[in-house]
Amino acid sequence: MSVGQPFRDVLAIAKGMRVTFRHLWQHPITQQYPEERPLLPARHRGRHELERHENGLEKCVGCELCALVCPADAIYVEGAENPKDAPISIGERYAKTYVINLLRCIYCGYCVEACPTEALQMKGEFELAAGDRASLIVSKEQLLATLPKHEPEDSWMPS
Amino acid sequence: MNGLVAAVLQATFLVFLIFTVAAYAILAERRIIARMQARLGPNRVGPFGMFQPLADIIKLLTKEEIRSAGASRWLHALTPILTLVPVMLVFAVIPAGPSLHLADLSIGYLFIAAVSSIGVYGVVLAGWSSNSKYALLGGLRSSAQLISYELAQGLAVLGVIAATGSLSLVRIVEAQFPLPFAVVQPIGFLVFVIASIAEASRAPFDLPEAEQELGAGYHTEYSSFRFALFQLAEYVHVLAAAALISVLFLGGWWPFDGGWLGVAAFAAKMAFFIFLFIWIRATTPRVRYDRLMAFGWKVLIPAALVNLLLVALWVVLR
Repeated sequence: MSVGQPFRDVLAIAKGMRVTFRHLWQHPITQQYPEERPLLPARHRGRHELERHENGLEKCVGCELCALVCPADAIYVEGAENPKDAPISIGERYAKTYVINLLRCIYCGYCVEACPTEALQMKGEFELAAGDRASLIVSKEQLLATLPKHEPEDSWMPS
Repeated sequence: MNGLVAAVLQATFLVFLIFTVAAYAILAERRIIARMQARLGPNRVGPFGMFQPLADIIKLLTKEEIRSAGASRWLHALTPILTLVPVMLVFAVIPAGPSLHLADLSIGYLFIAAVSSIGVYGVVLAGWSSNSKYALLGGLRSSAQLISYELAQGLAVLGVIAATGSLSLVRIVEAQFPLPFAVVQPIGFLVFVIASIAEASRAPFDLPEAEQELGAGYHTEYSSFRFALFQLAEYVHVLAAAALISVLFLGGWWPFDGGWLGVAAFAAKMAFFIFLFIWIRATTPRVRYDRLMAFGWKVLIPAALVNLLLVALWVVLR
């Protein structure tokens, strides 16, 4: 070991200490989660939602393609004839029962890809904790989007 | 009788003061290191995490007290205290002002050197009494480290003592007007600071903390309150090191003549060195054990001897 080595070592440590000192004044990148909400990407795959048309009719036509494509077998759909006098969807059929088991779901988004009417979407809801398993098997009522607030003025479809 | 009561009260106050400052030094360390790593650190318990030390103490006290099978019962219980008490004793002779101290011994630094050597027994006995190979090896490792760096530390202080002509800490501070020894003896100052970090087992010399690669150290088999005592001893050690550096090399209450300003100057110097230790810990990686010993014996001790030689020449020629 040369006589200069300890001095070079001390200099190296001083260089490192300059870096840590500069970091002291930097803003922490920590997100204080429950108070600070995370900024999710626009196409984040959170919990599913069944969309509606502007007039309140459901987009889902009960084709069961989502259930067919699901690799985790997490979706159960039962289609039925759409009543002509009181239509629920805009198509010939509608989903009588629509259940997603969020415990099985792997959030791959294949169901959304498969949906021909863009009825099934995945939204930003990610806080999917529950006290019991049963409440994570969500029914159609829980999945449906809320009704639009106002009736569109030039609606050509029956309301 | 009155003097005895006053002495007991003063000592009790000092003990509480040290414990409180040590607890908040831990909090400060966690917060500062967190900020240096772009994190926030503990900020949940009370405003700015002020009650975090309290929460930690309660957590540690409610944990199970574990003693490994075949451990020496009495030594295992005694060693945490044997580690903590000697470090506390150092504060008895540290002056915060010309007459603000528990005792101004004429053998001041000798007392400190003697008392802090007892701490090595705590370490080596904690390792031995645990009846565990990891703890035993850790205890041997740490005691070797403490003994080696004690030498460098003592040799560095020898320069200060030679320049002062007294072992009394008050006299040592008074000898540092107008220029503190850190300016007059930069080599000795540097050696003492580095050796103090190693004596306190702090990063980069924190081998007992090396849980991943060495299975921790002498306190591997300790839990709950006894582990808390070891942890507390480490931080009291940090405070003692900061106080000693301030007194021996930065002139304690220098540049004031004592009084409240002097105490403030002393506290500011101590706070700076506590911050420096935290800063070094946030920066440096841990040294390998053989490098640790080589550095102590081949760099620090020769450097301290050179410093002593220079001081001796200066004293003779003056």
